[in-house]
Amino acid sequence: MTTATLPVYTKKDFQTDQEVRWCPGCGDYAILSAVQQVFAELQIPREKFVVVSGIGCSSRFPYYMNTFGFHTIHGRAPAIATGIKVTRPDLEVWVATGDGDSLSIGGNHTIHMLRRNVGIKVLMFNNRIYGLTKGQYSPTSELGKKTKSTPFGTTDRPFNPISLAIGSEATFVARSVDVFQSHLKDTLKKAAAHKGSAYVEILQNCNIFNDGAWENLTEKDARSEHIVQLEHGKPLIFGKNRDKGIRMNGLDLEVVTLSNGITEKDILVHDEKFPRAAYAFLLAHMEHRENFPTPIGVLRAWENQPRYEDLIANQIHEVQAKCGKGDLAKLLRTGDTWEVRA
Amino acid sequence: MPGTVEAPPKRKREVIDKAVIRFCGDSGDGMQITGSQFTNTVALYGNDLATFPDYPAEIRAPAGTLPGVSGFQVHFASSDVYTPGDSVDALVAMNPAALKMNLSDLRKSGILIVNLDSFKENDLRKAQIKVSPLEDHSLDGYRLFAVELTKLTRAALKDTGLDAKSMDRCKNFFALGMCYWLYNRPMDSTLRWIEDKFGKKPQLAQANRLALQAGYSYCEATEAFQVSYEIPPAKLTPGVYRNISGNTALAMGFVAASQKANIPLFLGSYPITPASDILHELSMYKDFGVITFQAEDEIAAVTSAIGAAYTGALGITTTSGPGMALKTEAIGLAIAVELPLVVCDIQRGGPSTGLPTKTEQADLLQALFGRNSEAPVPVLAASTPGDCFWIALEASRIALKYMVPVIVLSDGYLANGAEPWRIPEVADLPDIPVLFETNPDDFQPYRRNPETLARPWAIPGTPGLEHRLGGLEKQDVTGNVNYEPLNHEHMVKTRAAKVEAVAQDIPEVVPEGDAEGDLAIVAWGSTHGSITAAVNAQRARGRKIGHIHLRYLNPLSRNLGAVLKRYKKVLVPEMNMGQLLMVLRAKYLIDARGLNKIQGKPFKQEEIENKIKEMISGDSR
Repeated sequence: MTTATLPVYTKKDFQTDQEVRWCPGCGDYAILSAVQQVFAELQIPREKFVVVSGIGCSSRFPYYMNTFGFHTIHGRAPAIATGIKVTRPDLEVWVATGDGDSLSIGGNHTIHMLRRNVGIKVLMFNNRIYGLTKGQYSPTSELGKKTKSTPFGTTDRPFNPISLAIGSEATFVARSVDVFQSHLKDTLKKAAAHKGSAYVEILQNCNIFNDGAWENLTEKDARSEHIVQLEHGKPLIFGKNRDKGIRMNGLDLEVVTLSNGITEKDILVHDEKFPRAAYAFLLAHMEHRENFPTPIGVLRAWENQPRYEDLIANQIHEVQAKCGKGDLAKLLRTGDTWEVRA
Repeated sequence: MPGTVEAPPKRKREVIDKAVIRFCGDSGDGMQITGSQFTNTVALYGNDLATFPDYPAEIRAPAGTLPGVSGFQVHFASSDVYTPGDSVDALVAMNPAALKMNLSDLRKSGILIVNLDSFKENDLRKAQIKVSPLEDHSLDGYRLFAVELTKLTRAALKDTGLDAKSMDRCKNFFALGMCYWLYNRPMDSTLRWIEDKFGKKPQLAQANRLALQAGYSYCEATEAFQVSYEIPPAKLTPGVYRNISGNTALAMGFVAASQKANIPLFLGSYPITPASDILHELSMYKDFGVITFQAEDEIAAVTSAIGAAYTGALGITTTSGPGMALKTEAIGLAIAVELPLVVCDIQRGGPSTGLPTKTEQADLLQALFGRNSEAPVPVLAASTPGDCFWIALEASRIALKYMVPVIVLSDGYLANGAEPWRIPEVADLPDIPVLFETNPDDFQPYRRNPETLARPWAIPGTPGLEHRLGGLEKQDVTGNVNYEPLNHEHMVKTRAAKVEAVAQDIPEVVPEGDAEGDLAIVAWGSTHGSITAAVNAQRARGRKIGHIHLRYLNPLSRNLGAVLKRYKKVLVPEMNMGQLLMVLRAKYLIDARGLNKIQGKPFKQEEIENKIKEMISGDSR
């Protein structure tokens, strides 16, 4: 098919007639809107899209996307999506999931999908709470958080989803925020263009059970102090007056102020394609450190890694090229046979 | 007569109808290979046969100990063979532990070959034996041949340049060579196998060849055996035959189904005994485009298969009981979204990890009912290793026609057991029609075929058919999420009716044996052989018995209830606590009785016969 025959889509083409049933004010609305917009711009026939989800608020996503959609069972979306992608590599397979679905019950499938580098795009809505079951803590909730199931505070240390994805050898890892529409769309487009697994953590507000979860990042006044936007080839500079930066100090990072002889030249330049994971880990762990900003954007885009579905297809092609296509009559007669005559 | 020299008497060759031989030894002794080689040879000769490999769950328990004993039994005959045999005619025991664990199955005056070199004090201690059975007269009732297997093998291999340990690994083939002489069997098929297996290691090929031939020549030369046996070929239905195990047959059946349906085959599986061989087998068939996905767990195995089915592939998953338990929720999803799927449960002893390498039939109720809510699925069971091929085809046909997950029950005994199998002509295999929805005009994802109640298979990539599926309850026809009370009841009943509709599409039961009479034996799965043998024996004594072996456990054949009424009594033998029995009693309100064995071993013919006698004559003994 040539691009000339492609229909021109608008966001509306990706909306369904189903009433969207998230709570008013939920961050999911913004994510839905961004995804619909991005899908319309990708110039891919609509019937090629499959949106797969597990269970949770975010997993209602497929019902609102006018594509092929599969709302499955808790945590299993990556495994179902893997079955879809390896049998039909031509499909655009996206997974909508949340911090509970992807990191708790579905943690195993998440890490194995990432290490295999199946060409699936994962949108992980992280609101640091269980919303659909009404307010229990999640595997990304902060230590000590008081929730319905932890009236005295949690005793669990949380996951850092980005770090987990990098540790699983994910070839594309990014982070964006529900309310940063243009950044989110930009990040989604980069994920769509990546060949292999793409894991996008989307910081999302649950205004009912965990309102203000990311307030320190999203508040207009605070955001530029608390966020550093990663841009490939650009220095890691942040701050209201763009007067702070991240610089390497030995094997570690440090936050410095651009003054007293420290200039832009001293600041670390972001390289999302850096082949070693160590660099991406350093970035991922900034969010836990005092005075460090939280990075958003593409942390890692490890290119030219073999995709699982291609390796599978290649094996089949190689065997068929060498031995020809299977012959059932011959297969049934493999090994020793003998004839009984009448 | 002193001074005269006489030629040794020509040894006798007896023609007999059948024999049961068992090779047993340490799990490192190569008993499974020895047994399968013997099996292949007698099969190629034209005997009917059944096998029973019995091996421990431990890969290598400490050598020479009781838990490390591995065995392989072959029953071969010039007439029909239904079971691996109740008792053993010839037992080859490579060490005292094997002897201790297996002797009770050797019939009185049966042939007993033991490795004399492995009855030293240390060997006896490992087998927890105080006095050597070779010395305490406990073997007096058998025809004992204590042979220095180790020493003789080493002598035969002395010029190969192998070290002692490698030479000792060949002693199983010395024993095999002896058995070939004993039953007058040619060695060429095993010699060919040695060539294939060790072609790249000529030293090992040579060693195995020498050991095999030395065993044969030993019998020839030493006159240890005064009699050898000849078992003429069986009168099988004309055709081309091969040996087949249940797991191989299942794998090939699914390849055949995918070819006949003209859709790709996808297997999602997680290694588990005794099902793993299906994964191994299918992973070789890349030339058929088969995709095998060794998943991260049992749940990913089944869900990936659901994903593949969603895109239009024949999605299957294979496992055993513990894996079935993990797949439960996902099977419910396949029921709700009405996608085709075949789930194979190769049963083993349970609960929990249970007896991984031993057989059982105790997952029937799990297959029928082991899901949350009202979640019926068709359930099929294979009855012999070869039947696994046909069951795979039939399960695929039903799954694809009715858009429903189907469960196939096999078990460890069928999975690893082998029998001669008449190879079907590909042209004779039934076509499996598959129709993908392509028409976008007024497309509705849950608009049903009025006959089968199947919804359309509308696969991703088809323009205009974009729609959403999910585990939430949906409105019929549109598939939109719907929580209305009456809609839910309608959908529950519709899903059940769809499975019930299969009953119109499967054959009625036809009892083997008497069509009416004193006793109906109703059973399923791998008990087929021993029940057939027992029923044949008892009918020959004039008893009126019908044997109804169910291939379809859900839905049950539509005439089953009526057929059961033609018999005075109903017996249900099962390798469980009475699971089919419970279903039959509940469904047909009949006073059926059970015969239940939960020992990780198949029924013996004798056990069934005793129960038949008790049921018919009322004799409680």
